[in-house]
Amino acid sequence: MSAEYDLECLDVSKNFGGVRAVEDVSFKIPKGSFFSILGPSGCGKTTLMRMIAGFEDPTRGDIYIKRKSVLNTAPNKRNVKMVFQHLALFPMMNVFENIAYGLRCRGETAGEIERKVKDVLERIALPDVGGREIHQLSGGQKQRIAIARCMVLDPDVLLLDEPLGALDLKLREAMKIELKLLQHQFDTTFIYITHDQSEALVMSDNVAIMNEGRFEQVGAPQELYHDPKTAFVAGFVGDNNHWTGKINQVIGDRLDLVTETGLSMTGHLRGNAAAAAGGNLTLFVRPEFITTRKVEDGTSEKISSDDNCLTGKIDSLLFNGANSRILVRGPGQELIEADIVLTGGTDDLRPGDPVRLSWPREQTMCFLA
Amino acid sequence: MRLKTALSGLLTATVLSLGTSAYADSTLRLLTWGSYAPDELIEKFEARYPDITVEVTFSNNEEMIAKLRATGGAGFDLAQPSHDRIYAAQLEYDIYKPLDLSQIDTSSMTEVHLNSVKENTTIDGEVYAVPHQWGTSGLMADKTLAPDFAGWGDLCDPQYRGKTSMRLKRTILLGTAYAMGEDPFAAYSDLEKYQEILDKVTDKLIACKENIKAYWKGGDDLSALMLSGEIVASETWDSTAYKLFNQNPNIVFVPPETGALTWIDTFVLPRKGKADDAAYKWINFVLEPENVAIMSASTGAIAAVQGGNDLLPDDKKAAVNAAFTDEDIANLKFFANIPPGVEDMEGKALEKIKAATGG
Amino acid sequence: MKKDITRLSFILLFAPFALWIILLIILPHIGMVIISLREKVAPRIYEFSFANYVDFMQEPIYWNTLLRTGSMSLLVTVLALIIGFPIAYYIAKIAGKRSKGALFLLCLIPLWVSDLIRAFGWILLLRETGVVSTALQKTGLVSQPIEFLYNDATVIMGLVYTVILFMIVPLVSTLDGMDDAMVEAGYNLGGNGSTVLRRIIIPYAMPGIVSGCIVVFMLTAGSYLTPILLGGKNSSWFTEQIYEQFISRYNWESGAAFGFLLLFFTSIVVWLGLKLSGQTLSSTVAKS
Repeated sequence: MSAEYDLECLDVSKNFGGVRAVEDVSFKIPKGSFFSILGPSGCGKTTLMRMIAGFEDPTRGDIYIKRKSVLNTAPNKRNVKMVFQHLALFPMMNVFENIAYGLRCRGETAGEIERKVKDVLERIALPDVGGREIHQLSGGQKQRIAIARCMVLDPDVLLLDEPLGALDLKLREAMKIELKLLQHQFDTTFIYITHDQSEALVMSDNVAIMNEGRFEQVGAPQELYHDPKTAFVAGFVGDNNHWTGKINQVIGDRLDLVTETGLSMTGHLRGNAAAAAGGNLTLFVRPEFITTRKVEDGTSEKISSDDNCLTGKIDSLLFNGANSRILVRGPGQELIEADIVLTGGTDDLRPGDPVRLSWPREQTMCFLA
Repeated sequence: MRLKTALSGLLTATVLSLGTSAYADSTLRLLTWGSYAPDELIEKFEARYPDITVEVTFSNNEEMIAKLRATGGAGFDLAQPSHDRIYAAQLEYDIYKPLDLSQIDTSSMTEVHLNSVKENTTIDGEVYAVPHQWGTSGLMADKTLAPDFAGWGDLCDPQYRGKTSMRLKRTILLGTAYAMGEDPFAAYSDLEKYQEILDKVTDKLIACKENIKAYWKGGDDLSALMLSGEIVASETWDSTAYKLFNQNPNIVFVPPETGALTWIDTFVLPRKGKADDAAYKWINFVLEPENVAIMSASTGAIAAVQGGNDLLPDDKKAAVNAAFTDEDIANLKFFANIPPGVEDMEGKALEKIKAATGG
Repeated sequence: MKKDITRLSFILLFAPFALWIILLIILPHIGMVIISLREKVAPRIYEFSFANYVDFMQEPIYWNTLLRTGSMSLLVTVLALIIGFPIAYYIAKIAGKRSKGALFLLCLIPLWVSDLIRAFGWILLLRETGVVSTALQKTGLVSQPIEFLYNDATVIMGLVYTVILFMIVPLVSTLDGMDDAMVEAGYNLGGNGSTVLRRIIIPYAMPGIVSGCIVVFMLTAGSYLTPILLGGKNSSWFTEQIYEQFISRYNWESGAAFGFLLLFFTSIVVWLGLKLSGQTLSSTVAKS
């Protein structure tokens, strides 16, 4: 084991009665990185985090912090601090006392406590709130106090359990950036638990996708997005057109296939399994890789033979500024989502327009079902 | 607006119906002691006078007077306080009305009790009460364990240490005063003298505290203490002792050497009673010999009618005979009227005893 | 028209409360004050005077009894808190959803029977020839029958048993509202069991603690049957004193004065308690 890992989990499993909440999870987190665990609710991510904090004991496996196993260390002796989902600030203490709580538990002197609290309040850019009561703070301020309360103790690892969940959208967007900056500033390992992919993708150095107690894939956000290793990851991260289909022909990693609704297309096999003709497939196409053209008489476009192409009619238009999208009724009556750019001019697409959709073969991500 | 009218109409109707229907003239509201109105008698009475219904409230001397005082004598048609609780209460609170003796069959009553009650309850020539039943307060002892138990003072005899009990009420003050050779009732006319006696009694009872296991509060806890053998002797009401005699013949009522203290429960009419006729009917009814037998079987007390003793049920008669000799009967001390102010004096003495940390 | 209806419904809703307060609380108390401020000079003749209050001051037995009642009630309150807190914590935080209801019901059971029956239950258990004493003798732990009744310890135990529910209910409802994460955060930030209890759980539960204590103290100081029936030769209780004045001694004047003194005394104790714990009525009783 190398010293540069702040936290390592080795084959960690947790059963609740007959239910397996976490199954054989192993990972290592390099010092000072921002690591997210992303998964739908009930996937076991909270249990995993509670085991790291010491509130649950693993059924099997081991957890190392700074190369030392912490299985027999009580939660209050672990140098792992946690920001709770609803923050769990102590309402009967003011801001200063909330932050000083951990220092007092450690038995530091009054002078030291004073200095450290002042220091951490400055670092989170709230130098004057020490005397305030918790209920006098705004949502974002509470967030920062909850982090300061942990950071003042200089933890090896900071766990964050969906702390942005309770905030409204605008504030959440702002806090995402702020959290990332705070992490840089404190240079501490953050483990961030969330079911919101945009939080995980925006902030993290590395993201683990968790499903049914297991890690499906661990990697940088871009890697997960562009090169998912499992159908779950492909479906969970990012938006998708999602079909099922059958393989007609296998040529290397190129597949000729037909969907259940009868669309023929070519795709790219992902994952490590070997494909054979007749096999069942799950396939994903991201809307932003689909090119949309209005069909006009007499125009014919040159399309590379590898590309997929189909025609349809615009069913509806979902305007959302830069993220606008159309729903196209395809030949098999299925609805296909595609991203478009709307300029506000007369050339813009309108519902009812016939369109031709195309995308490269590589962007049809195929997984064996 | 219409809602309001409807509501107030409804309210008025309810109040009116409450006022008229519930208490028609034909209801006899009886305020008496527990067991002094057995169901059997009430049914019999209602069968004889179908237009009268009997409602009973059970109480004791102090609460009867407190209830009547609170309403100025309203709410009940007939009450049964003891003979010593009438004179002063009437003077102080004006809660009773004089009896029309012509309505009551006094010829069947024992002369001694009738005269005693009349004497005690006559104000300005008007008689306020007639006797119903009488009984005594005295001692009881388990003959096998305390064979020599004879007087009030024996409750404080160190040989029964931790094995005796008493009720911390005025009876024990009076009994102890007799045991110390005083005559408390005679001293009622000279309250300074009475205070001296009370002080002596108080000291004696404080010293006696160590000897007492616990002060009993009612017939039930006294019975339990005695039957379980936790105590061997106690101050008691005679009726409680008779009940225990039936369960354990070793437990007998012991009239104290200085005389058992005798009370007579009476009939009085509350000042604002509304059914005097029904009340007189009840009084005459319960004094009929066959009804006396039913009553005595229920209360354990002897009716103040001629031959009342013979109308007791057999088991009670046996208990009385085991307890009283003719001398004892002759030696009975009737509770004297409580003059104003004595309750306070006695109350203070009792408080002092209770608060003293003697034992 | 609409305004009229709103006003009418307000009056209808408020009327029962106002009637209750005025008819059953305020008027009787005014009557009590008036009675307590008169002195009997002759039969049926009374004069205005403070004699009843002066009597109380001059008679050590009275104020000793009041102080005794007060201090024993405080002891009962403290014991009920110490015993009730873990029970409430278990019900609110540890027990499962279904057993929570069952446990609550169990706590309620003593209230299903009257004070009197409960006291007799204790008497049957604790008397010299009672269940406990007999069992101890049968098992050979003691050779002589033991009397558990008729002393102050029994009175306190009986009272704690009677009132503990009124401590548990407000505690459960405040503790119920506490996020489990608060306790976990307490540990996570380095606190041990006693720090978490002292600095997080107890301060959080303070409104429940204070309102439970107020209710329990008032109930205990005003209780009558339990101290009378279980108490020994020396154990007087102030309510007994009031009863004696009213009923046995026909002295309504001093009974009323005593009633007032008890009300005044318990109010002072509650006020002091609130001041010392830094709570207010609105932050405690009104909340839980």
